[in-house]
Amino acid sequence: MNSQLPIQQTFTKESLKKQFRLSEFLAEKIIKSVAFMSIAIIFLIFFFVFKESLPLFSFGKDTQAKTEVATANKPESYGATTEDLKPETYGAETSTEELKPETYGAPTEELKPETYGSEPVSNEDLKPESYGDTPKEDLSVPSSDEPIDAVSQNEEGSDKTWSTFFSTEWVPVSDNPRFGLIGLLVGTLKVTIIAMLFAGPLAILAAVYTSCFASNRRKEIIKPIIEMLAAFPSVVIGFFAMMVLATFFQNIFGYDSRLNAFIGGVAMALAAIPIIYTISEDALSAVPKTYTEASLALGASKAQTAFSVILPAATPGIFAALLLGVGRVFGETMIALMATGNAALLSANPFESVRTFAATIGSEMAETVFGETHYSVLFLIGSLLFIFSFILNAVAEFYVKGKLIKKFQGK
Amino acid sequence: MENTMDIIENPFSKANNNKGKEIKEKAVVGITQIAVLLIIAILFVILGIIIYQGRAKFSWEFISSFPTEGMTKGGIFPALIGTFILVIVMSIAAVPFGTITAIYLTEYAHEKSKFAAAVRFSIRTLAVVPSIIFGLFGLGFFIQFVGTGMDKAFNGGELHWGQPNILWASLTMALLTLPVIIVSVEEALKTIPRELREASLALGATKWQTIKQVVFPGSISGIMTGTILAVSRGAGEVAPILFTGAAYYLATLPGSLSDQFMNLGYHVYIMSTQSSDVEKTMPIQFATTLVLLILTLSLNLVAVVIRSRIRRKAK
Repeated sequence: MNSQLPIQQTFTKESLKKQFRLSEFLAEKIIKSVAFMSIAIIFLIFFFVFKESLPLFSFGKDTQAKTEVATANKPESYGATTEDLKPETYGAETSTEELKPETYGAPTEELKPETYGSEPVSNEDLKPESYGDTPKEDLSVPSSDEPIDAVSQNEEGSDKTWSTFFSTEWVPVSDNPRFGLIGLLVGTLKVTIIAMLFAGPLAILAAVYTSCFASNRRKEIIKPIIEMLAAFPSVVIGFFAMMVLATFFQNIFGYDSRLNAFIGGVAMALAAIPIIYTISEDALSAVPKTYTEASLALGASKAQTAFSVILPAATPGIFAALLLGVGRVFGETMIALMATGNAALLSANPFESVRTFAATIGSEMAETVFGETHYSVLFLIGSLLFIFSFILNAVAEFYVKGKLIKKFQGK
Repeated sequence: MENTMDIIENPFSKANNNKGKEIKEKAVVGITQIAVLLIIAILFVILGIIIYQGRAKFSWEFISSFPTEGMTKGGIFPALIGTFILVIVMSIAAVPFGTITAIYLTEYAHEKSKFAAAVRFSIRTLAVVPSIIFGLFGLGFFIQFVGTGMDKAFNGGELHWGQPNILWASLTMALLTLPVIIVSVEEALKTIPRELREASLALGATKWQTIKQVVFPGSISGIMTGTILAVSRGAGEVAPILFTGAAYYLATLPGSLSDQFMNLGYHVYIMSTQSSDVEKTMPIQFATTLVLLILTLSLNLVAVVIRSRIRRKAK
């Protein structure tokens, strides 16, 4: 008995603290560095998306290498099919949808059947060829002129590209490419507004019902069902909008272009509803019970309590929900690609086709060539989208959190 | 005097209640109820129409055969397999990563740690970044930077990794689904009672031992929920793989990670917008959408069930 006691004492004093120090230290550092990766990813995303748009900012200095690659490929990928078709179609109400069977269908299905076995061919089958050796035999333009032409084009190109940003025409593929972002911006805003007009009230009212009026049993049924809507892939919603909603609404309103901002907006509302609903519902449920009880005790009815006490108290949370809903709609790609018609028209009419930022990236990136202006512009649009969603999230996070804490803790 | 009596009695006597007020009350509640019903109705209408239109073509043969005759006939087998490979590679990349991050956030991070707050903020930002941005990132980082770099280093500049393939698409998708996994695992870790950790520490186990042997086994269900939700999300997203590896049509299944692949969602998109005969392939499109929807919704349902079980256990 006596001999055991001192052993125990030494155990508590020394070995407990030092024995596993190294492995503990390593485990913590490794885990921490993995966690750090998620911060790094955000920076990497911004860096690499922005980096690809950098040639636009160099104003004709270091872009020689890239333009050579670009010009070598340019005739190959655009000359044949896309170039002469594109400009016409952007102006008109129809979209790239009708063109694509030609650009994609032809090379993949008819011309290259032998290559299926060895190397997979897809919509990007232009790219692999373009990196390695560059075939120049088939070009109608003499290849010796090309680099010079390209460099000079690029020197003024950067300035010229920037000046076209504020025009309304989006004609990326032509001899005189114009990258008017205004038309795209208006299109994106139009779809976003339409979507939020539907999704906002609907989702918030549903959230009010769920958190203020519904019995617990109903709540447990309603919540998972509406959240199930979030599990619908956006391509499914886009497909539904394109095939079913478009025809349905055309029969009602009788407008000309089947796919338009309105259809896109309604479809995106479906994508935004679960987000707005879930966050609003959380915000409404987070309002302290004392608020409700005080209001009811003063003789207010349930509806009065919900709309004049709980809803105002949860405003910051609902504001955050709306912001995130806007973020979702703003960057939604597949629905925009499939349901908005993809024509960059500048009009206030909600039943005209529009083209959004995200859809532009989605539909044109596969056709661009690494390093050329069009490619960089698409990445620049991507950077803008990223910055926009980042700011929305930051505002939703910090502004709202600060307000809520102040409100509920009375600071 | 009469007035004050009135005010006092009003809330308690039903007979005195203003009828107009009651109607207004009911109308307000009714409007919110309509909003709920409308959303649920829309959901079931979408589901119903897709099931109705897709059921004709939907069969085992459709799922297990290759598309034929320029994708106007045949099945969706390669698209299904491509989607499976995508989500498997994606899970292999995202699940350990997400789990460790969640363990850091719940076990190691101090409540007021600025670093942990930054990690949380980044994760939430990742969750709201539009999916097309991930596609751009995949193209700019994985393909142009990593892939081309690998080619330069190992293949002497010969193009192998520096082009769209299933690996880059999966990794891109992994970034997109990371927040889903982290949130699920974190939620599961939080349900593990504090006493268990304290008991383990009191017995002389170190923090890492406690995590390894007490906390981690308890979070398996959370990891599963997260993985299933991530798979459901990854199977349905198209924008990130538009230019990182999805292919229009392939006659063979992808044999290695450097191959391109077909994907269910991309198949729906391509068939409905760029098919040579949209009208004729309509049943195929609806059936493909149905398969995709069944896949994502059933996975989601499983995750919801597991999650509600975890929550009940926590209570």
